[in-house]
Amino acid sequence: MIVDKLEQSLRPPETNMPPYPPKYITLASGEKMVVHQASREDVPRLLEAVRPLVTVEKDFYDIVAARLYAELLAYQRYRVKDEYVLVGTIDGVIVGIVNGRMVDDRVGMSYHTVAIKRGLRIGAQLFAAKMEYHMDYLGQQEVLIVAESPIGYRRWMIEYELESRPSTWHELGGVPTHVLTKALWEKHKPMKCTGRRPVPPEMLEVAKKLILPSEYPQIPGFKR
Amino acid sequence: MRKVGIAGVGHTKFGRSEVPLVDMLALAALEALDDAGIRTGKGHGVDQVFVASMGAGLLNRQSSVASALVDTLNLQPAMAETVENGPASGASAVKLGYMGIASGMCDVALVVGGELMRVVTGWEATDFVATMLHPDAEYAYGLTLPAFAGMFTRLYMDKYGVTEKDLAMVAVKNHEHAMHNPVAHIQLVPSFHAIIEDEDAPVINPYVAEPLRVYDVCPVSDGAAAVVLCAMDLADRFPKKPVRIAGIGQATDTHVVAEREVPTDLLAVRLAAQRAYAMAGLKPEDIDVAELHDAFTILEIAISEEAGLFPRGEGHLAVRRGETRVGGRIPINTSGGLKAKGHPLGATGVSQIVELVRQLRGEAGGRQVEGARHGLAVNFGGFGNNVVATILSKEE
Repeated sequence: MIVDKLEQSLRPPETNMPPYPPKYITLASGEKMVVHQASREDVPRLLEAVRPLVTVEKDFYDIVAARLYAELLAYQRYRVKDEYVLVGTIDGVIVGIVNGRMVDDRVGMSYHTVAIKRGLRIGAQLFAAKMEYHMDYLGQQEVLIVAESPIGYRRWMIEYELESRPSTWHELGGVPTHVLTKALWEKHKPMKCTGRRPVPPEMLEVAKKLILPSEYPQIPGFKR
Repeated sequence: MRKVGIAGVGHTKFGRSEVPLVDMLALAALEALDDAGIRTGKGHGVDQVFVASMGAGLLNRQSSVASALVDTLNLQPAMAETVENGPASGASAVKLGYMGIASGMCDVALVVGGELMRVVTGWEATDFVATMLHPDAEYAYGLTLPAFAGMFTRLYMDKYGVTEKDLAMVAVKNHEHAMHNPVAHIQLVPSFHAIIEDEDAPVINPYVAEPLRVYDVCPVSDGAAAVVLCAMDLADRFPKKPVRIAGIGQATDTHVVAEREVPTDLLAVRLAAQRAYAMAGLKPEDIDVAELHDAFTILEIAISEEAGLFPRGEGHLAVRRGETRVGGRIPINTSGGLKAKGHPLGATGVSQIVELVRQLRGEAGGRQVEGARHGLAVNFGGFGNNVVATILSKEE
C-alpha cells in the first residue's frame, strides 16, 4: 500500500510486538476453542461478526460492541497505536473477540471483551488470554482495565481482585481504572488461564477461516 | 379430611427475570389459573393464596408479597399469606394449601413460589442464603451453604466411596434432562470428559468448595412456579383431572449441623419421607419419578438414599448404572433439578411439584417417564434442618 505523506503523518508509529502464540482450550461442552491473533486483513470479517450486537441493549452489548467496532476499524486503518486483536473460534466459527493495546514496554491497556456464544465462560477465557498476552508475551508489569457491564466488573475487578487506581487515566473513561499487576496475575493465573500449545495445524487452519456466527443468543430469531 | 389435588400448574422460564418480583409471580400464577380453567376477577373462586419467598424482604425490599399478588391478579377477597421457610418455602406453602383445603376451610388455593435473586451478585446471594445458618455457631464464622456441602461431600466420599466422577455424572444427567425442559435456566450439556478429566478442567470447572466444582453447584436464578390446589370432591369443575396429593411429610433437625450425631445422616429427610410414605400408603419402591433437592450434586445422592430409593451408601452406584436418568429404573430430577433448571429459592418446592404434575399427566415431552403413577418431591431447607417431602399420585 502506498502511503502518502499526510496519511503517514496520521499514522501512529508501530512497535514491533511479539505475536500471541495460538492455543486451544477444551470448553465445558467438550468443544475446542482456538484463540489466535487476528490480522488487519481479518478485520472486515470481525466487523461483520460484531455488527449485529451494536443494537443489543441487554448486558451493555451495544456499548461494548459499538466501541469494539470502532477499535477494530481504528486498528485496520492505523488510527490506534500498537493495538492487537485476539479471536476465539469453535470449528472456525467466531465465538468471541478481545482487544487491547500496548502503551509502552511496562504498561498495557485492555480495551474490550465480547463473548458471542454464551454460557461457556468464553469471555472469561478470552480475557485471560488477553492478560496472558500482556504479561507473559509482551512482558508488561501492569494492565489498565475498566468495565462497562456488571458482568465485566464481577469477572475482572472482583474475581482478579484488581487494584483500584482512580488517579490513573484509561482511554475508555468509564469506571475508575483498575489494574492487573504482575503479582495479581501470578496469583490468579493458575485458576483463570488455561489452554494448550501448539494448536494442531489442521485445527488452526480451520480457526483462521473466521466463519460468521449463524446465531446470536443475544438476538432471538437472528438469521444471517 | 378432604382429599386434595392439583388442578393447574404454571412456571416461568428460570434464569434472569425481565420483570419485577410480583409481576413474575403473577406470570406463573396466571399460567396455573389458566391451566385450571380459572379466570381472575369477579367470581374467580380462589379462596386462599399462599406465596413462598425467602428473599423478597432482604433482596427485593418488599414485604407482604401475597397481598400484592392478590391485588395484581384481581383475586380479592381471597385470603393471602406469604410463607418463609428457607429453601423449603415452596413445599411448605403447598403443605399449607393442602391443610387449608383438607380442613374444609377453603375449596381452592393458589400457591405461588418465586424469587428474584439476580438483583445481587453471586457472592451477595451466597451470603443471603447463609443467613439461614445459625447466627452464632455458623454464620459468624463465615460458613456458607457451599462450604457445608463441600465438607459433607468430603465425609460422604470417605464413608461411601463416592467420587468426583460420580458427582459429575449427576450433573451431566441433570443437564441432559434440562435440555428437554423449556423452562430450565441452563440449556447446555457439559461434556463429562471436559469438566472432570480434561487437562483444562481445573480452570473450566474450578473448585468452588473442594471437592465440589462449579458444575456441582446450582446456579443463582430468578423464577416463579405456581399450582392451583383444589378439593378432590370438586374435581369435575376443572378441565383436567387433578393430580392427587397423596402424602406430605415434614421434619426438622438440629439448626447447628455440628450438633448432629452422624453428620452424614440427613435425619429430617428420612423422617419427612417416611411420614409422606405412611400418609400415602406407599413404599419407596412404588415411586416412579422423583424430584430431589440437588442444590449440590451430592445432595441428590444423599437424599435418594435417605428417601429410601436406594440403600445407604449406594445412591452413587445407581447413578453409575444409569438408573436415575429418564429411561432408568427410578428417574430423578427429570426437570433438570436445581442443578440445571435453577434454584430460585422460594420457587423450588413449587417447581418440583409442577414437574411431578407434568409427569403424572403425561405432559413432560422429551423427558417423560412412561407410565408414571406416583412421584416424590423432597424440598430441603437449611442444611437439612427443615425438610418437606410430598408424594403425588395419578388418579385412575
